[in-house]
Amino acid sequence: MEDKKINSDTSRAPKSVKPHTIKIEDTDGIGGKVKVTIDGVDVRVPFGTTILDAAKMINVHIPTLCHHEDLCVAGVCRVCVVDVEGQRTLQASCAYPITQPIVVHTTSPKVRRARRNIIDLLLSKHYGECYSCVRNNNCELQTLAKEYGVDKYRFGHITERRHEVDNSSYALRRDMDKCVLCRRCVRTCIDLQEVGVLGAIGRGDETVIGTFMDKPLADVICINCGQCINRCPTGALQANDPSDEIWNAIDDPKKHVVIQTAPSPRAGIGEEFGLEPGVPLTFEMNTALRRCGFDKVFDTNFTADLTIIEEGTELILRLYNALVKKDPQIALPQFTSCSPGWVKYIEHFYPEYLAHVSSSKSPQQMFGAVIKTYYAQINNIDPADIVTVALMPCSAKKFECNRPEMSDSGYKDVDYGLTTRELAQMIREAGIDLPRIPKSDFDDPFGSATGSGVIFGATGGVMEAALRTVFELVTGQIADPDALAGQVSEIRGFDGIKYKELTLPEKLGPVPDILRMNKDVPFDSWDWLSGATLKLAVAHGTANAKKVLDDIIAGGKFSECHFIEFMACPGGCLGGGGQPIPTTPEIRKARAKAIYSEDQAYEIRKSHDNPAVVELYVKFLTEGPNGHLAHKLLHTHYTPRGKYIA
Amino acid sequence: MSERKGYILFIDVEPNTGLKKALTKKRTEVIADIRNSGLKGRGGAGFPTGVKWNLAASASSDTKYVVCNADEGEPGTFKDRVILSEYTDDLLEGITIAGYAIGAETGIIYLRGEYEYLKKQIVDTIDKRRSEGWLGKNVGGKEVFNFDIEIRMGSGAYVCGEETALIESLEGQRGEPRNRPPFPVNTGFMGCPTIVNNVETLVTASRIIAKGVDWFTKYGIDKSTGTKVYSISGDCEKPGVYEFNIGITIAELLKEVGGGNAKAVVMGGASGRVVPAKDFAKTVAYVDAPTGGSVIVLGQERDMLDVAENFLEFFVEESCGQCTPCREGNPLLLDGVKRLKNGTCSMEYLQELMSLAETMQLASKCGLGQSSPNAFLSIIEHFETEIFGRVPVM
Ligand SMILES: Cc1cc2nc3c(=O)[nH]c(=O)nc-3n(C[C@H](O)[C@H](O)[C@H](O)COP(=O)(O)O)c2cc1C
Ligand code: SF4
Ligand code: SF4
Ligand code: SF4
Ligand code: SF4
Ligand code: FES
Repeated sequence: MEDKKINSDTSRAPKSVKPHTIKIEDTDGIGGKVKVTIDGVDVRVPFGTTILDAAKMINVHIPTLCHHEDLCVAGVCRVCVVDVEGQRTLQASCAYPITQPIVVHTTSPKVRRARRNIIDLLLSKHYGECYSCVRNNNCELQTLAKEYGVDKYRFGHITERRHEVDNSSYALRRDMDKCVLCRRCVRTCIDLQEVGVLGAIGRGDETVIGTFMDKPLADVICINCGQCINRCPTGALQANDPSDEIWNAIDDPKKHVVIQTAPSPRAGIGEEFGLEPGVPLTFEMNTALRRCGFDKVFDTNFTADLTIIEEGTELILRLYNALVKKDPQIALPQFTSCSPGWVKYIEHFYPEYLAHVSSSKSPQQMFGAVIKTYYAQINNIDPADIVTVALMPCSAKKFECNRPEMSDSGYKDVDYGLTTRELAQMIREAGIDLPRIPKSDFDDPFGSATGSGVIFGATGGVMEAALRTVFELVTGQIADPDALAGQVSEIRGFDGIKYKELTLPEKLGPVPDILRMNKDVPFDSWDWLSGATLKLAVAHGTANAKKVLDDIIAGGKFSECHFIEFMACPGGCLGGGGQPIPTTPEIRKARAKAIYSEDQAYEIRKSHDNPAVVELYVKFLTEGPNGHLAHKLLHTHYTPRGKYIA
Repeated sequence: MSERKGYILFIDVEPNTGLKKALTKKRTEVIADIRNSGLKGRGGAGFPTGVKWNLAASASSDTKYVVCNADEGEPGTFKDRVILSEYTDDLLEGITIAGYAIGAETGIIYLRGEYEYLKKQIVDTIDKRRSEGWLGKNVGGKEVFNFDIEIRMGSGAYVCGEETALIESLEGQRGEPRNRPPFPVNTGFMGCPTIVNNVETLVTASRIIAKGVDWFTKYGIDKSTGTKVYSISGDCEKPGVYEFNIGITIAELLKEVGGGNAKAVVMGGASGRVVPAKDFAKTVAYVDAPTGGSVIVLGQERDMLDVAENFLEFFVEESCGQCTPCREGNPLLLDGVKRLKNGTCSMEYLQELMSLAETMQLASKCGLGQSSPNAFLSIIEHFETEIFGRVPVM
């Protein structure tokens, strides 16, 4: 007898996802492996493997719809049913754990009839209009219909809308007439993100996925992370697409349209053009953007570097005031603020912890503010004529750029947030074969960027970038990024929560010039940090963020941290809600690899070495990091929102 | 106590005879008795009760639960209501025996919302038993057997009678069935081993312990021992709740209730099968015509399509909406029946619907969807002439 854990079913609240034990007799005495015969082929699988996974091992394809690798089992669509000998009914292969030897048939006539009927049932209620649908050619329902040779609608086909499209959110658009009720979005929102704004409401054929009291998405506690979009098999969920407005701006000769591009889209966009995940197309994308008509193509990494300087300075000041000045008002640990999904999460769920969030704006917003001030000034362009577009892996960035507080330049700092998927569409529309066009560089004056900015795209990247800079600025010694990466290797990778202690040397360097630019910096040596141990943590996916925050509230080890990086999306930005669909752990790993290899290709890999950043301080932000003008343009405040909104 | 004619359930037994005997036995002996009695669940599925108890008893966990399923929501079923109100004490005794057998400390009665009016009586009886030492610490003086019973009210959804939906509902979630496996005996309420048993099953179990396996197996037939309580309704002279020996034929049953002239009977409520008069020689329960206790008698004037329409309306209403075949299938079957009624259902479409009905039976996630086409299919099977007469010639 052996106890093994398998995951309990649920399509609902995470508290019902409990590992539990099943007792079985080890029937054929081969230590935890169970024999299963699938379509005549024998395979031994670990106890508790689902039939679906067992079939994959021997390359038997079973169609699925509600199943998703990132999510707990639902077993609701029933597309994946198979015939298990000895069972009266067909079994959902995604939900059936193998705990004893069984014989399975995946394509018996009964099974094929059932699948065909189920697909026909789904289509009967699906308001299908494929050619005007965002998921045309990348839709799991469409694929199923093709796979099963649907040639007519045996049970009819709805032609009238039943639901209004919910367009209320800046980030997402919900069209429940295209929903197949697979509940992946529900599980994503509750289990993966622990937000829980989506749920099934109504019963029977009136069931619909809705929000609390069926309010518009803009009026509930959605954090705009878009993780539900990435896991929706159909066009029921999509990001709010600004590409028409962007084309209009491009076509308007009076407008000066600039685009900044974040690190993650370049690591993912190849997937939209049929490439394997993990092939970066950074410089091809630059060419494509120019061909589309953007006037300037900038690298968000520039302001990622700027963020490191601003946020790093803020951290150092917090540490000094808390540790040396013993100021009880200072909130530590400092939390990162570059993930707008995370920011909205904490605004809703832990508003009392907002003081911990760095006041530094995200790289996207810093860029917008710099473009409509400094860039406009040096190029003598009226900021009113500048349209700033931000290419982001993220749907929450669309919400962020519409925050009322994000107009410190006197204008809307960033006009449009554009996702990787939406840009791919624009590039296709422009007839550009992205993987096969010449490469070109970013535009000046913000052309130079560093590897530090690039790794912002992966979970742990902001932390690692910050360490590169802090380590060097504080010790005065040149830090080798790869050696440092080895030293803090715990911070890379996909563990949900990562923790690292880093002890500074006894002997530290002089306070560097860039910090001395700010006359308010209250110390002129690093003595107070000598031999100090920095406690650092990284969390990605808001479910993990929640664990860290609850630990802080309980006074656990994370409450003693100095700096914590939070990203709303699993994997960090590379897994953002605007990235190519599908997403799986493997795909995210491949994108991360692309990002880290880009980093290594950079000549300059530390933010404070970025000459354009140094120049910006010298020429524009002359009071230095966290100085007056920097504060006005590059910092912001957040809004306590709470869980209940009227 | 009761004026009802009975053999096993509707009889008077000195209170706590069963529990006292159980407490003198080892847990395994109690389970062995139930297993040897051949008792099968009286809630509809007919799963051997002893096997269920044994699975829960041998699952490794400090916390286990006994849940009494008193959600009785099947149309035409009201036998549990009678047992709840007339044999309250015996039911609580049965739950306690089950708790002892599997090693649980908590019993939960999941009471149908409409039976709220019975709640006070049950709570009072629980209190009485606690004050007499039959609940609480060291039940009946038995060292380290602590057991208590609480009541939770159902939400009014039929599907919450399905044991995993019931558990979801107990946990505060939407009452939707879970995937099985894992089964509740392994992963039930709050992830702990849980047995869910019907009201009648639990009272019967206490009778078996009280009066012995041999006494019990004298009733019934080989494969289905004991008696069964039926809720009989519809076109008969004496509708009501009856206890019959298992093995009684439908014809005999109809004679008892004054339904001799029936055209058909529905065995097992809306999810059951329609049995035409030519098959009235069949025996009831677990043999040819399974039923959770509902028998609806249909007189000669009944339009069978009305019956199907009625039932399908019920399922369209009661489907939890979770899985595709049941959610989308039932409205289509209902629409098909309407088409049959007004003569607009082609033979070809009827074939499609029958194939759909098969898929619903095979691929739905829970018993509701799996059994919802039963009435539809059996009506088409047995009343061909009545139905096909209305199909327009294509
Ligand atoms: C849709 C549906 C409704 C059910 N309703 C009830 C019910 O009201 N009462 C009941 O005892 N069993 C009901 N059952 C059966 C239970 O799932 C379960 O099998 C039963 O409670 C087990 O008890 P038993 O073994 O004592 O019969 C229902 C099953 C389904 C699929
Ligand atoms: S969701 Fe899929 S099937 Fe539906 S309209 Fe869009 S592409 Fe077509
Ligand atoms: S965007 Fe994120 S928070 Fe909003 S509904 Fe989707 S998963 Fe939930
Ligand atoms: S919105 Fe998409 S993910 Fe959510 S249930 Fe509908 S089809 Fe599934
Ligand atoms: S069969 Fe019906 S009631 Fe059961 S899970 Fe499916 S939709 Fe819900
Ligand atoms: S994929 Fe298995 S039930 Fe949906």
